[in-house]
Amino acid sequence: MNVPAPEYRYHTLVVKVENRSGVLARVASLFARRAFNIESLAVAPTDDERFSRITVVVDLESAPLDQVIKQLDKLVNVVEIRELHPGHAVERELMLVTVTAEPDRRDEIVEHLDRAGGKVLSVGTDHMMLSLVGPPGRVDDFEDLMRPFGIVELQRTGRVALASLDDVAD
Amino acid sequence: MATEQMDGGRALIRALEEEGVEVMFGLPGGAILPVYDPIIDSSIRHILVRHEQGAGHMAEGYAQATGRPGVAMVTSGPAATNIVTPLCDAYLDSIPMVVITGQVPYPAIGTDAFQECDTTGITQSITKHNFLVTEAQDIPRTIKEAFHIATTGRPGPVLVDVPKDIVDPGNPRSAMTWTDDVQIDLPGYHPQVEVDPEGIRAAADLLRGAERPVLYVGGGILKARAVEALRELAELTGIGVVTTLMARGAFPDSHELCLGMPGMHGNFTAVTAMQESDLLVALGARFDDRVTGKLDGFAPDAKVIHVDIDPAELGKVRRPDVAIRGDVRVAIEALVAELSANGTGDVDRGAWRSRISGWQERFPLAYEPWAPGEALKPQHVIECLRDATPDDTIVSSGVGQHQMWASQYWKFDHPYTWINSGGLGTMGFSIPAAIGAKVAHPDRMVWAVDGDGCFQMTGQELVTATVENIPIKVALLNNSYLGMVRQWQEMFYDERYSEVFLSKDVPDYRMWAESMGCEAMRVDDPDEVEGAIAKANEVDDRPVVIDFRVAAEEKVYPMVPSGASNSELVVPPFQQDQPR
Repeated sequence: MNVPAPEYRYHTLVVKVENRSGVLARVASLFARRAFNIESLAVAPTDDERFSRITVVVDLESAPLDQVIKQLDKLVNVVEIRELHPGHAVERELMLVTVTAEPDRRDEIVEHLDRAGGKVLSVGTDHMMLSLVGPPGRVDDFEDLMRPFGIVELQRTGRVALASLDDVAD
Repeated sequence: MATEQMDGGRALIRALEEEGVEVMFGLPGGAILPVYDPIIDSSIRHILVRHEQGAGHMAEGYAQATGRPGVAMVTSGPAATNIVTPLCDAYLDSIPMVVITGQVPYPAIGTDAFQECDTTGITQSITKHNFLVTEAQDIPRTIKEAFHIATTGRPGPVLVDVPKDIVDPGNPRSAMTWTDDVQIDLPGYHPQVEVDPEGIRAAADLLRGAERPVLYVGGGILKARAVEALRELAELTGIGVVTTLMARGAFPDSHELCLGMPGMHGNFTAVTAMQESDLLVALGARFDDRVTGKLDGFAPDAKVIHVDIDPAELGKVRRPDVAIRGDVRVAIEALVAELSANGTGDVDRGAWRSRISGWQERFPLAYEPWAPGEALKPQHVIECLRDATPDDTIVSSGVGQHQMWASQYWKFDHPYTWINSGGLGTMGFSIPAAIGAKVAHPDRMVWAVDGDGCFQMTGQELVTATVENIPIKVALLNNSYLGMVRQWQEMFYDERYSEVFLSKDVPDYRMWAESMGCEAMRVDDPDEVEGAIAKANEVDDRPVVIDFRVAAEEKVYPMVPSGASNSELVVPPFQQDQPR
C-alpha cells in the first residue's frame, strides 16, 4: 500500500446517491467493513429530490483512493463519484462554539473572530456563542485559538465541497 | 397494457414466475405465510428444507450447476439469520442468488416485534444488494431489480425483505395493480461488459514477449460462460493453465496444457509455475490469499494482466501491469482475435516447457500407498469414486481435508461439475449444495464428498432429499476428527490436539442415514470400496450414504504453510529429496 504524501493524505469525494432510506448506512457500513477511515462526512439533499449528495473526506493512510472509489461505486445506490483534488475544490465547514468569555476578555475573542471572519451569535454573562464558516484549515486554527479561553461546547459540520469554477465542465 | 388487481403475496410469486423461476428452496413461518399460500397454485416447485441454511446452500448448488439464479424463501427473524451464512458464502463466491425473507408488518418495524430482526442491516455487507420493500406496488419492480442485479456484472446474492402487511390479502396495504410493463429503476448500476481495445492490445503485446507465461484462471471463467473461449486462447498461444479451486472444470484436467490447481494445497507444478512465471494472465480470478500465499513473495518476477468485470478487483491485491475491466469472455475473445490477426509472437518457450514437465514428473500429486493394517486412504476413496462414476458427474464438497482431496484427485473435464465453498469455507456446504444441483439436473449423478465434521452440521437435509425424492449420494470421509484443524495442530502446534477429536462411535452414520430414509453402508476395508460405490451407483430411488472409515493421520499435501511464501511449498515426505 503506498502512503500518500502528507498534503494529500485527505481526499474529498463528492458522492451522488439515490435518496432512499438506508443509503447513508450503506456508505458508512462499507467504510467500516473495508477498514477505510473517514475524516468527515456530510450529507444533504440536492436540487434534484431523487438524489442526495455525500461529501466525504477519506484518510488515504487506511486505503488507496482507487479502492475507496471503486468499492463505493459498487454500491447499487451510488450514482456518481467525483474526486475533488486538493487545490481544485472549494471547501467549507461551519463551526458553532460556546467559549468562556469573562467581560474583560471579550475584546480579545472578538478580535480573533473578526480576523477569521466569524460572527457572534449570542452573549451571556460569562459566555459567548460564536459561528465561523470557512475552509477547514481556518476553522481548525480558530478552534486552537479559542481553546485557551475555555471551550464549553463545540460542534463542526464536517466539510462540504464543490469543484472550483475552472474545473467545472460546461 | 394488461392490468390486474391482486395482493402483494400473489404478485411476488407471479413476479418469480415471470423471472423463469422453476424451483425454490425454503421453509415457511409467520411473517412469510401470505406468500406461501399462492405457492399452492404456482408452477414453481418448492423444496421444503429442514433448516434455512439448507435452503440457501441448495439455492447456491442449483445456481452453480445451472448458471441460473438460485432462489430461497424463508420467514423473518431467526429464519433470516439462519440464511446469513449462505448469503455470505454466495457473496464471496459470486453466486447468483435471490433470497426472499419475510418481515414483521411495516408499522411494527423497529418495535422489537416477535421474530423481528434488522435483516437488511445484518445482510448489507454480505449481499451484492438488498431491499426492504415498503409498498405492495413496488414488489414486481423490486423482484425484477433483484434478479437483474444478482445475474449481471459480477454475480452475487440479493436479498428482498418483505413486510407481512404488504403481502397479506387481509390487509388493505397489500392491494396492488399488476401490470406487465414493469421497468427497473437503478440509476447507479451499470455493469460494464465491453472491454477497452487499448487494454487488449497492451495485453497481447505482453503475451507475445513473455518467456514464462501462465494463464491464471478463476471462477469468473465459469460465471462468464467463457470455457470455450479460454480453451481457444490456451491452444492458440500454447500457454499453460492453472485453475483455482473455484475454477476446477473450467479447463479440462486431461488437457496437455492443464497445470492443475494452484494455492495452499495446489499441486507443485501449478504453484511453482505461477511463482516462477514472468507473466500472469489473471482471468476472472482475484488473487485470493489462499492462492498467493505471502503476498510480497508471490510470483515476484511476474508482470500481471488482470481481467475482471468487477473494477474493484483490479489492483485490490496485486497491482496489474495491464488492467482490463469487462466481461472475461468478451475480453478473451478480443484477445484471441488480436493474437490471431497480428501473431502470437516468436518467443521460444521450450526451456520453460521443459521446466514445467520436469516438475510434473518429479512432483506429481501422490500419497503413500495403503499398507496392510492401516485404515483406508481417503485419497484412494476419491480415486475409486472418480473412476467409477460418469464423466459428467457433479461433485459437491464441504470444507476441509476432504474438499482438498476431492479437488486434487478428481479429474474435472467438464465445467459446472465441481461445486464447493471456496471463499467463505463453509463447513456443511456439500449435502444441501448437492441437493440443489440434483434438483437442477435430475438425470445426472450427483455425489457429495463430505467430512464427518461437516456431515454433522447439515446432514439433516438428507431428510429433505428423501422426502422430496432427490437421490443424491454422499461419500463420507470419516476420520473421527476435524481433519484439517488436526493437520494444522500436528504441523504447526506441536501435535497438541485441542478440541478436534469428534468420536469414533457416535453418531452411527449408517443408522442415522437409514433413519433419514437413505440407503447406507459402512466401509472399513480397501477391498470393499469399489463394491460399495458400485452398489451406491445402482440406487436411484433414494439418497445413499457411504461411511468410509479413513485414516485420521493422513494429511493434505502439498501445503503452503499459512503466512509462508509459495516458494516454501511443503511436498509429501517421499518427494522431499527431489530437486526443485
